[in-house]
Amino acid sequence: MAVGTRACDHFGVSSQLAEEETVTPEVHADRRLRRSGSHKIVAGVAGGLADHLGVPVVWVRGAFAVLTVIGFVGPLSYVLLWVFAAQAPPDERTDEVSAKERQQGIAMLAIAGGLFLVLSMLNGAFAGWIIVPVVVGIGGAALVWREADEAQRRKWRDDARTGVSGFVIGDGRQARIRVAAGVLLVCVGVTLFLFGRISPALVPSVLIAVLATLVGAAVITVPWWLRLVRDLDDERRARIRDQEREEIAAHLHDSVLQTLALIQKQAESPREVVKLARSQERQLRTWLYGPTGYGRGRAAAEGGGEPETVVSGGTLHEAIAVACGEVEDTFDVKVSQVVVGDCPMDVKLTALVQAAREAIVNSAKHSGVGEVSVYAEIEPDTVTVFVRDRGKGFDPEQVPTHRHGLADSIRGRMDRHGGKVRLRTSPGEGTEVQLEMPRKKEAKA
Amino acid sequence: MTTPQDEQRKPVRVFLVDDHALFRAGVRAELAAHGKDVEVVGEAGSVGEAVAGIAHHHPDVVLLDVHMPDGGGAEVLRRVRPANPSVVFLALSVSDAAEDVIAVIRGGARGYVTKTISSQELATSVRRVAEGDAVFSPRLAGFVLDAFSERPGAAPIADPELDLLTPREREVLRLLARGYAYKEIASELFISVKTVETHVSSVLRKTQLSNRYELSRWATDRRLV
Repeated sequence: MAVGTRACDHFGVSSQLAEEETVTPEVHADRRLRRSGSHKIVAGVAGGLADHLGVPVVWVRGAFAVLTVIGFVGPLSYVLLWVFAAQAPPDERTDEVSAKERQQGIAMLAIAGGLFLVLSMLNGAFAGWIIVPVVVGIGGAALVWREADEAQRRKWRDDARTGVSGFVIGDGRQARIRVAAGVLLVCVGVTLFLFGRISPALVPSVLIAVLATLVGAAVITVPWWLRLVRDLDDERRARIRDQEREEIAAHLHDSVLQTLALIQKQAESPREVVKLARSQERQLRTWLYGPTGYGRGRAAAEGGGEPETVVSGGTLHEAIAVACGEVEDTFDVKVSQVVVGDCPMDVKLTALVQAAREAIVNSAKHSGVGEVSVYAEIEPDTVTVFVRDRGKGFDPEQVPTHRHGLADSIRGRMDRHGGKVRLRTSPGEGTEVQLEMPRKKEAKA
Repeated sequence: MTTPQDEQRKPVRVFLVDDHALFRAGVRAELAAHGKDVEVVGEAGSVGEAVAGIAHHHPDVVLLDVHMPDGGGAEVLRRVRPANPSVVFLALSVSDAAEDVIAVIRGGARGYVTKTISSQELATSVRRVAEGDAVFSPRLAGFVLDAFSERPGAAPIADPELDLLTPREREVLRLLARGYAYKEIASELFISVKTVETHVSSVLRKTQLSNRYELSRWATDRRLV
């Protein structure tokens, strides 16, 4: 199609009077003739032409109609434009054609067709019999072509995952039925034409000749087809590789380079540097090794067997990592976390993570040491989280009554959701908060 | 096998393998602070250099980076271990990926620590592996627990001796994952530090030899790369 669009470049000159619509500047800059997605009855050629020339669609349809009456030029030019003008990308405008507009267009088409028929029969340019096969054939071709357009749009929608087969024919039963019907109509048209033209005795041999020619052509062009398919595949693969490279470069730029620059600026303040480095390390680690991380894409795709680890809408593992990260950044401590197993989040687990976060914050604020260990284990029935520091510890009896952190944020939260809290601490011994939350046996899936 | 008393006099001879010169210099400096325990006898920046260097120096412990060009730590292990069975490997890496960690452990490393470890802990870990014990960072303990966990739909157990952890081993691993030191684990479970070490070594053996699906999958995942 690239050739086609380039061939249309000369249309793009006189288009500054294009209508003032909610079109992005980008689209204005690229005013090639594109078949319209919004004013579309057959293939959007008239709509596209109208957009392009800045005239109402009706005029263009009228012109096509008039051209149809004059020696069938209208349909011919329509078909050529259909071939050479690319479809407008779907994001432009996708509102449907109004019923009135559609009726109007079809009426015009019918009148023009009828007039053409009457005229051609009157002046004897065509024998009447030829019209039926031609109309049937054209109808079939239009059906198949429309389906190709549809497939292209679907491809745009589905992010170009389908590859070559999806490129040629869209998936879906209806699509296949439509394509088959179109092909059938074309065949019927051709056959009718043949039957009208030649004596019935010759039909078998003509059919055989046609078939033989088709098969011959197919055999001769096999290498070309193969190459086409392979090139398409290669190109797709190269594009994926490029995208990947760009993604990595962009990521490194956005995160690592920026952080390094910041570190250089903050070199005077070791606290800030440590904080920056730590948060950057965490981000990069998540990106590389995290459950949804870059390096995991392949392994996750191959694993497949564990529905529990499928990440959709957040898992406990991620939630804990986020909570730990926040505390790390806010309180300038190292929070090392180990999570065994994983499961999707729910209300109870959210409460658990919030309680754990509060416990980590307490350790960060009061323990007096720079490291907090978090260990979470997800078992079929329960989830257990341990938050531990080796700091100065405290005597639970001595906690002033106005300190609500442990009582409300941790114990209250866990109690409300049916969880348990255990606390192990004494002055000088560090602190460990153990949180246990039963998992509800849900079978939503 | 040397006794701890001998070791007191002779520092553990360590060989560094890491493709980042800067990092090697850093570790060297850190370990120099523990000069009477640990002595760095050589270093290498690639798999080839490492193989030659280890054969030449015969160190007690090799500190091995997981990620390197030409195959990484697993490749070094594969090429060095058959010829030098007495050399002990301790993996030291920034990677947090289970397949990396498990691959070097199954390749024969006696332990795994992350590069953010403090120099004191690193020196202790080096001494510990030199004495024949295993070193599990909390994260490695987590991975192993994960791999040995009983999940619905997990592969059937072929060899219970290797494919299952005893309840005690599981407890020890859990405490390791919670960040407990061996001594703390011992007092928590009312057992001796020596018993803790025995349990950890047994877990290491199972991790290396078990054919559990998760373990072999992690190991092959990395080797194919």
